[in-house]
Amino acid sequence: MSKHVTIRGSGVAGLSVAAELTARGHPVSVVDPAMGPGKQACSWWAGGMLAPDCEGFLAEEPVVRLGRDAADWWQDKGAQVIRRGTIVVALQRDARELDTFARRTQNHRWLDREALAAAEPQLGGRFSRALLMTDEAHLDPRRTLLALKARLGDAGVAFLPEADDRGQVIDCRGLAARDTLPELRGVKGEMVILRARDVTLTRPVRLLHPRFPLYIVPRGDGVFMLGATQIESTDRSHATVRSVMELLNAAYALDPGFGEAELLEIGVDARPAFPDNLPRVCRVGDRVHVNGLFRHGFLLAPAMARMAADVLETNSKPELWHEDHA
Amino acid sequence: MPTFYGTEIASRMMLGTAQYPSPKVLADAFRRSGAGVATVSLRREASGGGNAGQQFWSLIQDLDVAILPNTAGCHSVREAVTTAQMARELFDTRWIKLEVIGHADTLQPDPFGLVEAARILTDEGFQVFPYCTEDLVLCDRLLEAGCEVLMPWGAPIGTGLGLNNIYGLRSLRAHFPDVPLVVDAGLGLPSQAAHAMELGYDAVLLNTAVAKAGDPAAMAEAFAGAVAAGAAGHAADPMPPRDMAAPSTPVLGKAFLE
Repeated sequence: MSKHVTIRGSGVAGLSVAAELTARGHPVSVVDPAMGPGKQACSWWAGGMLAPDCEGFLAEEPVVRLGRDAADWWQDKGAQVIRRGTIVVALQRDARELDTFARRTQNHRWLDREALAAAEPQLGGRFSRALLMTDEAHLDPRRTLLALKARLGDAGVAFLPEADDRGQVIDCRGLAARDTLPELRGVKGEMVILRARDVTLTRPVRLLHPRFPLYIVPRGDGVFMLGATQIESTDRSHATVRSVMELLNAAYALDPGFGEAELLEIGVDARPAFPDNLPRVCRVGDRVHVNGLFRHGFLLAPAMARMAADVLETNSKPELWHEDHA
Repeated sequence: MPTFYGTEIASRMMLGTAQYPSPKVLADAFRRSGAGVATVSLRREASGGGNAGQQFWSLIQDLDVAILPNTAGCHSVREAVTTAQMARELFDTRWIKLEVIGHADTLQPDPFGLVEAARILTDEGFQVFPYCTEDLVLCDRLLEAGCEVLMPWGAPIGTGLGLNNIYGLRSLRAHFPDVPLVVDAGLGLPSQAAHAMELGYDAVLLNTAVAKAGDPAAMAEAFAGAVAAGAAGHAADPMPPRDMAAPSTPVLGKAFLE
């Protein structure tokens, strides 16, 4: 009764579609030359923030709404989701950025210096006020992807380097699918992973800055991810000195404890995005595509996976269906 | 309407293409403002291979407006010249908006580097749009170096502070009545753009004020309205300010106050 589905790509989109379909009882195989998640996928370099309200500052409304269920979905799939919200701060000179951010976002409350110190002691001494985005969460992208692959393997999903497409094909190859999705473009992101033993942040922190916005995501054991630049470029070969310098500078301004951190990794990749920076489910020929997750891979992959599964099962046209693609 | 290096532009509004929430919002902003020129940066976008930014640039080229590549992010003459040469290849245009930043924090132009780079680029056949301060002597040197357009700042890039030195801007207009003048940078509100046009400027160039508004496309349209109003006001030859109040209806039959 259930038809076989071949999923191309094993980044966050491919694995999420695989997980959703497996949960609905479809036999699935995942085809990727790398045979699983890894540095070839831009989700490997993601922040792992499940932060629909923060993203709503710039993103279109569907990102906020569809992202709301992401934390529950990931938890249901066995991911270790940490629900401590997000702290948003700005340097004294940019205090008005914080007011604008508050005006344009939802589900937050103001923290004064004492409340901030109670939440994140190291920030309390440095910032007189902050926003706590109360409903947000985060996860470790790499741990999550690897655990999900293992879980899918246990459920009988085969991971193959190459294979003839069996049954319905769902293409989740990200930027590589530009061969059939010409509107897709790359948006370069650079990030840094470091170990800062002196820094005790327990939740993602966003520093609003007119030129060098930054987020910091704790990964446990003193490891932090700093991200991320956003440059209109498909280059995924190298991070530039300037970008890394800006990220490190901003982190140092946020907490001087980062000054003595060990640099573990400098990462770079290009996010696949459509012109409206919203993801799409579409059909080209007999393939269904899930693509364009931009900077919202972990946030929107669950909703996109559900839409793709609905398309397959009922031939429905979900919200982010894109009809006239090619 | 302004004419830059022999090309007449159908709008007095020029828009930057950075920092929008998405290319679609950017396109909406252009459509609703009717802007006639798009500035495009390439210093960062081209790193890692000249064509790495091509997908985004294609979206800009699809807007069907004149493209003015810029040297944003360049802090030295050499960087600016190299970036301009790359821009000429990539966009097939001799136009270049020349930025040589002299101060990292305020993004203030380096007047000395600017003149030097303008001279080099003009000699190489470029048509230079220098992003400069409102300093009269600097502007004179830029014209000597071959520039036929001047783009003085209203205020530092991205600050939204408006026109910081109205006297200086007015003075430029008075000294260079035949040079196209564009207020570039520092505008935050439509009223400030209207003011620039009322001073007799030919156009305004803005980016952050539109891109960082809550509704960029609506703000772009608001600016376009203000620019049109300011230009029409200037063209209509405004009355001079007076200290003496002048009643607009006759006061026949009433006693004089004195």
